[in-house]
Amino acid sequence: MPDGTQTMIGQPALRIDGRAKLTGRARYASDEVVPNPAHAFLVTSSIARGRIRGFHLDQARAVPGVLDILTHENVGGEAEKPKPMAGGDTTSTLESDRVWHDGQIIAVVVADSFEAAREAAHKVRVDYEAERPSATFGSPGAEEEVRKAGEHKDYHVGDAEAAFAAAPFKVDARYGTPTQHHNPIELFTTTCVWNGSKLTVYEPSQFVYGLRGNLAQQLHIEPGDIHVISRYVGGAFGSRGGITARTAWIAIAARRLGRPVRLVPTRDQGFTIVTYRAETRHHIQLGATSDGRLTALRHEGWEVTSRPSQYNVSGTETTARVYACPNILTKVNIVHADRNTPGFMRAPPETPYMFPLEVAMDELAVALGMDPVELRRVNDTMRDPATGLEYSSRSLMECYDQAGARFGWKSRDPAPRSMRDGDWLVGWGCASAAYPANIGPAAVRVTLTPEGRARVQIAAHDIGTGAYTVLAITAAERLGLPIEHVTVELGGSELPAAGLAAGSSHTAGICNAVAKACEEIRQKLALAAVVTNDGALSGQDASALVLREGALRSPAGAKEDLRAALSRVTGGVLEVYAENIPQGLPRESIGKAYAGQMSMSRGHSRQDATTYTFGAQFVEVRVHSRTGEVRVPRAVGAFAAGTIVNPLTAHSQCIGGMIWGIGAALHEATEIDPNAARYVNDNLSEYLIPVNADVPQVEAILVPERDDRVNPLGIKGLGEIGIVGMNAAVCNAVWHATGRRIRELPIRIEDLL
Amino acid sequence: MRPFDYEPAGGTEAALAASARHAAPDAPPPQYLAGGTNLLDLMKIGVMHPPALINIGALRGAHGGIEADASGLRLGALAHMAEAAEHPAILSDYPAIAQSLQQAANQQLRNMATLAGNVLQRTRCNYFRDPSWDACNKRRPGSGCAAKEGVNRLLAVLGVSEACIASYPGDFANVLAAFGAEVGLASPEGGSRRIPFEDLHRLPGDTPQIETNLRPGELITDFHVPAGPWTGRSLYLKVRDRASFAFAVASAVVALDLAGGTVREARIGLGGLAAKPWRSHEAEAALRGRRLDESTAQEAAEAAFAGAVTHGENDFKPELGRRTLVRALLEAAEMEV
Repeated sequence: MPDGTQTMIGQPALRIDGRAKLTGRARYASDEVVPNPAHAFLVTSSIARGRIRGFHLDQARAVPGVLDILTHENVGGEAEKPKPMAGGDTTSTLESDRVWHDGQIIAVVVADSFEAAREAAHKVRVDYEAERPSATFGSPGAEEEVRKAGEHKDYHVGDAEAAFAAAPFKVDARYGTPTQHHNPIELFTTTCVWNGSKLTVYEPSQFVYGLRGNLAQQLHIEPGDIHVISRYVGGAFGSRGGITARTAWIAIAARRLGRPVRLVPTRDQGFTIVTYRAETRHHIQLGATSDGRLTALRHEGWEVTSRPSQYNVSGTETTARVYACPNILTKVNIVHADRNTPGFMRAPPETPYMFPLEVAMDELAVALGMDPVELRRVNDTMRDPATGLEYSSRSLMECYDQAGARFGWKSRDPAPRSMRDGDWLVGWGCASAAYPANIGPAAVRVTLTPEGRARVQIAAHDIGTGAYTVLAITAAERLGLPIEHVTVELGGSELPAAGLAAGSSHTAGICNAVAKACEEIRQKLALAAVVTNDGALSGQDASALVLREGALRSPAGAKEDLRAALSRVTGGVLEVYAENIPQGLPRESIGKAYAGQMSMSRGHSRQDATTYTFGAQFVEVRVHSRTGEVRVPRAVGAFAAGTIVNPLTAHSQCIGGMIWGIGAALHEATEIDPNAARYVNDNLSEYLIPVNADVPQVEAILVPERDDRVNPLGIKGLGEIGIVGMNAAVCNAVWHATGRRIRELPIRIEDLL
Repeated sequence: MRPFDYEPAGGTEAALAASARHAAPDAPPPQYLAGGTNLLDLMKIGVMHPPALINIGALRGAHGGIEADASGLRLGALAHMAEAAEHPAILSDYPAIAQSLQQAANQQLRNMATLAGNVLQRTRCNYFRDPSWDACNKRRPGSGCAAKEGVNRLLAVLGVSEACIASYPGDFANVLAAFGAEVGLASPEGGSRRIPFEDLHRLPGDTPQIETNLRPGELITDFHVPAGPWTGRSLYLKVRDRASFAFAVASAVVALDLAGGTVREARIGLGGLAAKPWRSHEAEAALRGRRLDESTAQEAAEAAFAGAVTHGENDFKPELGRRTLVRALLEAAEMEV
């Protein structure tokens, strides 16, 4: 497409859906109006392992308004288990009498009102045959196995063991990260409405086609008979990517009753009926020469999952390629415990795996007597050390230089405990962030009217990230219209398919599809305008014409207004359907998207280049010298993510990720009772996240970067990158403040006494 | 769906009469409803099931005032936390009280919650607050205590028993305990009495379900904090996991009457560490008549935690508590008054 036309991409734009959200007109899934809904309340298990001997339902049934109670005894055969996005098998719910984990759905009570359903659910009595559960790493009965290559690769380059043994400077340490939960503010609701054989599902989703396809399989019905609607989503963070068990049971409840059924689960149920970030353990060995060049990198990870699942995130796929190193060895183990199956959570592999690598790099810098930023510079590389492929672009050190300058890193005294403010020890730390530039296939329909209005229709997902707005920006730019003349329809399986809104892939996937559709519109108009005898653009070079400011224009200034240009190809509106298949993916990948299967080109698995977003993060901490509280008065991050479509929402994404990273490093952990294998702080008053007072100053810099290889629009994605380096940057700053190296998160008062 | 009677009371007599009327031998006692920030929460999560709520909001006129005079400070039971936190006399003459309130909850809650309700707030022990746990002697007497071998990082190390290690979660009450405050009570039988604040809450012992010495239907009307030469040089130090809106991991109340560098009298309280609002007479005695410095502060802290009992996750709390108290003592000594 002609160059020099980018005027709106890269300009900050307010959210086009902002007014609807602020005024309450935006309908989240459980706000959608359905006729005469019945209300469901889930009964969940209070044991983590065993079987259900039987239910006592008389008291529950006696509650006025109760309509139905679903258990494995009456509906167990009506649905297959949901198929997770990764990791193969998963735990069951009402399919059988088996209890796999605490908080598992074991019954669904349906009543005329929410209150009646809740009351009856509390009156359901369950006889369990309880067995002793295993909670986590080290619990009796937990089973460990080596994760086989398949969904994820292991890397074996050179001879890491020999190189480590021979290295003059070494780090050899173990690290750990805790269980965490997404807790999006919108709860995990589901509303199901049947109309004959047709089912409509309202549910907050990161993948409406995935929900449709998987639900169809579970219920043995045609995907085309299911319509999934998810116009607005109140936060997702990975928790709404794959289908979970609740959806099918609500659909079955609605079918049994012949009436719409709405489920709004509780906050604590959100800890066990969907996925979470599993706890991890790590062993890292780094070897280096005296000038800081890495000679050996060994990273072994351990991850908790459920009994039947193989789910793991294998962040070694990123840690193996962040720095130049000739000898690399990675391995991942999974540990099966009596837990629900984990899943995606913001930067699923990188958040837990970059933490140990980036703390180990800091430890190596200390061992070498080298500045941590300079250590990264010495090991910077434009070639992926794991595969030998070039990086399509890599601006890691530009990020370090810009963020470091803004932070004032130059004035840092490298000695620990060297800075103080009264009784508060002050420390500065930094870390790298890296996340693959992923992209999925997407289809879109773009319609242009003679009045200069455009409509974009795509089954994309705005999970709070600003997807509505980046779609409008892209169409407005490519069609030469003001943003307010573009309407966007997304979040429904009646629309052309787009992939999962996850893995920082969505903006790249959907905007490239829109650009492709707009280019087809431009070509149609341009060709019609040049082959005619009677217009201002007659005989011009069609490929040089652009749509700008409501007209089709030549480089020399000739123009034809949109109405006239459009009238040459249609008497009505021009509608174009386009599919964008990212480089490296097969044509069938768009069919897979329609079928609800995930297909994504990943930055570490491409054949032509390795594509990654990089960032650098700096943190100041204060640690009280007597009582050990850690506070973060300021943090600066810089990120290079290729084309930034909307700097306003991109900036929000980055600071949001950084704030989450502060919380992940210092506050967040889902506590599990070691004997009962049950979550204990499953609520927002005891599961701590940062409040305003915890984040006085957070700055994000978007470093300009152009990448012509990653995808046509050069978008690398930045949904995840903001959190990736924060855990380590905080930890490294705590070391600098105190001289204490805390290798398990979260870092708490008791670690620093 | 869990029916209960709701009765607004027009005045103190009416409230007391309503409480007596709704009391039944085999049912949980009726509850007075003021700000409701803790009670309604506990009802919603299925921990408390009072048969009746008696709304005492209308009693604010009679029992909502704050007065300071030469004898001390009188705090109406129904004064809001925010009103006391922002009261000029409290800010200047009883800074520990103002700070304990300012650092509790958040502004919205402080605008709703009353002082007596705050004092009576119940533990944050997760095993108590989630009825799906079978073993909780406080919630289900005789059922055991899951917390002792479980997640107990925030639970108590002082005043605990075999039956219960729940911590008293509040801030303000620790200052009332340390300052030797008195509680005014009105009884449904028509009388009234005053008891030392330290006697309002009970240690768990074998009956952790009984948290106070309030008699059936008794209503807290006010608190009286006696004046003393130590109240001006006082502070509340709260150590918590995040900067705001979090319960104390450990906290300390310190009030000092200093002559030169020597302690004539000290008032010391602890929070987040004990089964009830806590005054450390041991720490006070260790300081009386002595020069306050790092080493005497440390001795006082050792004395305060001599009886501490820990349960794994909370093993660090005696040390944190000692450090918190030492820090508070030294910071109080530096105050300009």
